[in-house]
Amino acid sequence: MAFLHAAAKHGSSETKKRSWLPYLLLLPGLVWLFFFFLLPILTLVSTSTKTPGLGIGEFDQTYRFANYWDAIVNSRAQFLRSFEYAGIATVLALAIAYPLAYAIAFKSGRWKNVLLVLVVAPFFTSFILRTIAWKQILGTSGFVNRALIDLHIIGPQTHLTASAFAVVMGLTYNFLPFMTLPLYSSLERIDPRTIEASGDLYANAITTFRKVTLPLSAPGVVAGTLLTFIPAAGDFVNAEILGNPNTKMIGNVINARYLQIVDYPTAAALSFTLMFVILIMVTLYIRKAGTEELV
Amino acid sequence: MKQATRWFSKNLIRIYAALGFTYLFIPVLYTFAFSFNDYRKSNLAWRGFTLNNWKNPCGAPDICNALGNSLKIGVIATTIATILGTLIALALGRYAFKGRSFVNLLIFLPMATPELVLGASLLTMFLNFGFNPGFLTIVIAHVMFCISFVVVTVKARIASLDPRLEQAAMDLYADERETFRRVTLPLLAPGIAGAALLAFSLSFDDFIITNFNSGNVNTFPKFVYISAERGLPAQANVIGSSMFFIALVIVLLGQVVQRKRKVS
Repeated sequence: MAFLHAAAKHGSSETKKRSWLPYLLLLPGLVWLFFFFLLPILTLVSTSTKTPGLGIGEFDQTYRFANYWDAIVNSRAQFLRSFEYAGIATVLALAIAYPLAYAIAFKSGRWKNVLLVLVVAPFFTSFILRTIAWKQILGTSGFVNRALIDLHIIGPQTHLTASAFAVVMGLTYNFLPFMTLPLYSSLERIDPRTIEASGDLYANAITTFRKVTLPLSAPGVVAGTLLTFIPAAGDFVNAEILGNPNTKMIGNVINARYLQIVDYPTAAALSFTLMFVILIMVTLYIRKAGTEELV
Repeated sequence: MKQATRWFSKNLIRIYAALGFTYLFIPVLYTFAFSFNDYRKSNLAWRGFTLNNWKNPCGAPDICNALGNSLKIGVIATTIATILGTLIALALGRYAFKGRSFVNLLIFLPMATPELVLGASLLTMFLNFGFNPGFLTIVIAHVMFCISFVVVTVKARIASLDPRLEQAAMDLYADERETFRRVTLPLLAPGIAGAALLAFSLSFDDFIITNFNSGNVNTFPKFVYISAERGLPAQANVIGSSMFFIALVIVLLGQVVQRKRKVS
């Protein structure tokens, strides 16, 4: 399509019109993102340096950057915990989703599309409903817990819920489709003959996987880990339903500051810090993984 | 025994995938099973089998109103996001223009921002401008976070299209508009349909952003979240399970239609 670009420079009226076309296509969507994504983020930044005014829920702009310091110092534990839980959940989700995506891409034959739909289908049961279901399943009277007690793996009266284990398991579970779909789409693009060729050249299954399949699926791994880690780091629903007061994540703090305590500046400072830290991590990660195109 | 080991190692990946699907579906099955529970007040312990919840899915106060809102919001937001996102994907996939990396960044950023931050920042802006949150603000928020996912999905489809097909149409004297309408668009249709399905499922299942920007308007996930504190009615399980089956049937029917069209 570079020829369109080149032709536009010559400046006939016909091609000039065409060179406007991509901007025309972009306009409505970008306007939407400007007003309802960029502008809100800027409002958030401006709110983060305000201090309480006279009335409840009223704040004056005083450019108090110490808000950030206070917020981060007070919630350091929850911040670190969020990244720790999200990191573990991402690794677990990758370990579960990779074989799953591989099987769908190469081993499912005519069932491919059906299986692919099954990966997204649980969304329709509502993720809150499914998280509550996990709470019941892992709870004292749930069948997983009872089986573990009967097998004497855990003692009587113990339960798996209200623990860090349950929170990480819930995070892994809830973002599994976001890991599986990008992995699938990058695996699906691999020509099976490339894998066969590697076998013909006397590489065993492990070498083939390490030297051929895995590098070719790298974009899917990058996209999948990002789409799992980012929402997991900002989640508060899993920690609230499956956790206890000692497993609170930064999401729980922000949510409470906003909707219960009505302390918008602290909540905004925490939100922006979370976004900022994640963006830095993402940038470093993408650099390291060597992916040029972001989307 | 040897045969068994060989079968096992040959099908290892399939067994592993089956386990993965089991993990994915355990809570779905649990939700379905407990939709038949003869519950009192809270649907926690099994008290006996009944069909009453299925006979009266709107039996819990406000549940069907919440579901109706979720469906309405889902349809409106999906339609807008699919159109806007497809247009952006066409621009990115078909044209060279200045400012391309800026556009890529603007599409990527909402996906790299936690939902909580998206929801909180939108609410902050709405409050600053004295705009009361409600149905409209939910739709605005849903379109915003769905656009990027539509762009990525449709763009991938455009990248996999063979440009020679469009050239062939031009060679056969179709003008640009006709080529787009009769060749490009039909080829893109499965990608656009997939993007719309993804957008709808994201919108329908969203809780975090909705909770910030909904005011007094109820949606199905919000209903579940709020009533979980007082005891969840089994009707929520009925609706969650039916939505799951309805979605599955619609998509499978679509598959059958597509396959038939390919054969003929």
